[in-house]
Amino acid sequence: MSVLVFIETFNGQPVMTSWEALGAGKMVADALGTSVSAFVFGENASAIAKQAAEFGASKVFVCDDATLNDFRLEPYAALLTSLVKEHTPKVVLAVGTNRGRELLSASAADTDSGMITEAIELAVEGNTVKVTRPVYAGKLLSHAQNVGDGTLFLTIRGRAFKPNAQNAGASAEVVTVSPVLDESAIVTKVQSFEAEVGTVNLTDAAIIVSGGRGVANNPKEAPAGVSDPTVWKAQDAFENVIKPLADVLGGAVGASRAAVDAGYISYAHQVGQTGKVVAPDLYIACAISGAIQHQAGMRNSKVIVAINKDAEAPIFKMARFGLVGDIFQIIPALTAEFKKRLGK
Amino acid sequence: MHVVTFTRSTPDTAAKVEVGKDGAVGWGDAATVVNPWDEYSLEETILQAENASGKSTVIAIGGEMHNDALKHSLAMGIENAIRIDDPNLDSTDSLAYATAAAGAIKKLGDVDLVIFGKESVDVGTDQHAYMTARKLGWTMLSYVSKIVAIDYANKTITVEKMYEQGKQTVTSQLPAVITVMKGINEPRYPSFIGIRKASKATIPVWSLGDLGISAPAKKAETVAFMNLPTKEVQVEMITGTPEEQAAQLVEKLLEAKVL
Repeated sequence: MSVLVFIETFNGQPVMTSWEALGAGKMVADALGTSVSAFVFGENASAIAKQAAEFGASKVFVCDDATLNDFRLEPYAALLTSLVKEHTPKVVLAVGTNRGRELLSASAADTDSGMITEAIELAVEGNTVKVTRPVYAGKLLSHAQNVGDGTLFLTIRGRAFKPNAQNAGASAEVVTVSPVLDESAIVTKVQSFEAEVGTVNLTDAAIIVSGGRGVANNPKEAPAGVSDPTVWKAQDAFENVIKPLADVLGGAVGASRAAVDAGYISYAHQVGQTGKVVAPDLYIACAISGAIQHQAGMRNSKVIVAINKDAEAPIFKMARFGLVGDIFQIIPALTAEFKKRLGK
Repeated sequence: MHVVTFTRSTPDTAAKVEVGKDGAVGWGDAATVVNPWDEYSLEETILQAENASGKSTVIAIGGEMHNDALKHSLAMGIENAIRIDDPNLDSTDSLAYATAAAGAIKKLGDVDLVIFGKESVDVGTDQHAYMTARKLGWTMLSYVSKIVAIDYANKTITVEKMYEQGKQTVTSQLPAVITVMKGINEPRYPSFIGIRKASKATIPVWSLGDLGISAPAKKAETVAFMNLPTKEVQVEMITGTPEEQAAQLVEKLLEAKVL
């Protein structure tokens, strides 16, 4: 009746937020008076199991079968479901990444278990796990909890929980398990993978610099012959004004829905109700007015800086620091100042 | 060839959603809209049904408020709408939702492809889609950004799907459940004729008895809704020339140990 945590991997490396899941898992396990186990599947699983031990797992289930190298739901869910049926953990926990959400939901359905996603706070009372989670696109919070004695499947939001301190040399009991499906029984075949190059994942980023529709006011002249000068100016602003600031801070580039819908930057960068929900340490909103849909995606940022030429923009009501002015003058000055002060 | 999609009515994206003194969630006079992520799944359903000269059906699970989303779907061009409603069914319980959804797909009988939007903004989750696939025992392909090819004769489907680290192309087997991302298509607006036709449509309501199933025991529940804690943020305006503003801001961020 332990707590079982998914250590997500990609290309044989652990996805770093998995250690946050072990941190949350340890906390829940301690409160339930039990221990925390982990499971790692695919390439390099045994080596990653050692790291899981250092981050607090007392037991690790390992399966390094080749069918599990690329994440595919069928073999992953079949194996997790068999582990859950055999060991009946009280809680199965993962970070709510694409893989984490899909895998835990599938296994919850297979075992007719309860499932709660996107936890931002966790508490335990007796046998009940009490979960605080955002609903209505971040406009409200709700309290949810397990009913009955079965396994609860739980995903946590990235950056909401801290990893345990790494204890170098700590070891765990390693249990090697066999895959449930062999390749001939798996209908999904991976054809190719195209990595997103040079981008920092928004949900993992500690610092985000975001641009809104106003980036199209770029004073730079679009070259003759471009089909849409406004789009060119906006794309140039993201590349040569917003991104350099994000780069000097080691941060990621975000955008408002208005900027994405206008074709200024790809959807992968959208923050807000129909984009990504983020909670970085620092969020710099450049030429973003702060519509309620955008606020829903970034209101939990620790420090918000708003830069906008309109002093009445709603974004200033939620910002810690506000700068009224032209982003095309302020941001280059800010980038230069950070370079100087951070010694870059 | 039959493509089925699921939708629901959710408060307008610009609405202020609040918890009242009685603990109930309300959004004042604001209208409901089709769950914003479902605009893409509705459009994709219409496109895929057209491409294969097949049928399209939209299903909502829950009370009468979801008729609005169904009528919007019909107005966009989906052919048939069904609502599943039963006093013993809580559509916010994903296990119950998935059991009912799978029951409806089985009742329809001839379905090849089920398309969900990425998530529902009200309950804030996507688990019901994956659970539906598992209850059906079908292939599940999530976060699809492009349907590359579907071969109904050989029952294969090839899609591009998104992960945090990039885009994976996979081939799998029909029947399948997929969830689609924003950007997969440009959702159309309902036409005037479509709206008129939809307004006259009567939407059949199926009970759990009609599906020949009963609701599963509840394994997780929402016990309360809360308004967001009011953040006491006092904005500090930084003035001066752009260079002065930049220097002051950096100083303050370093002082506050944000960096």
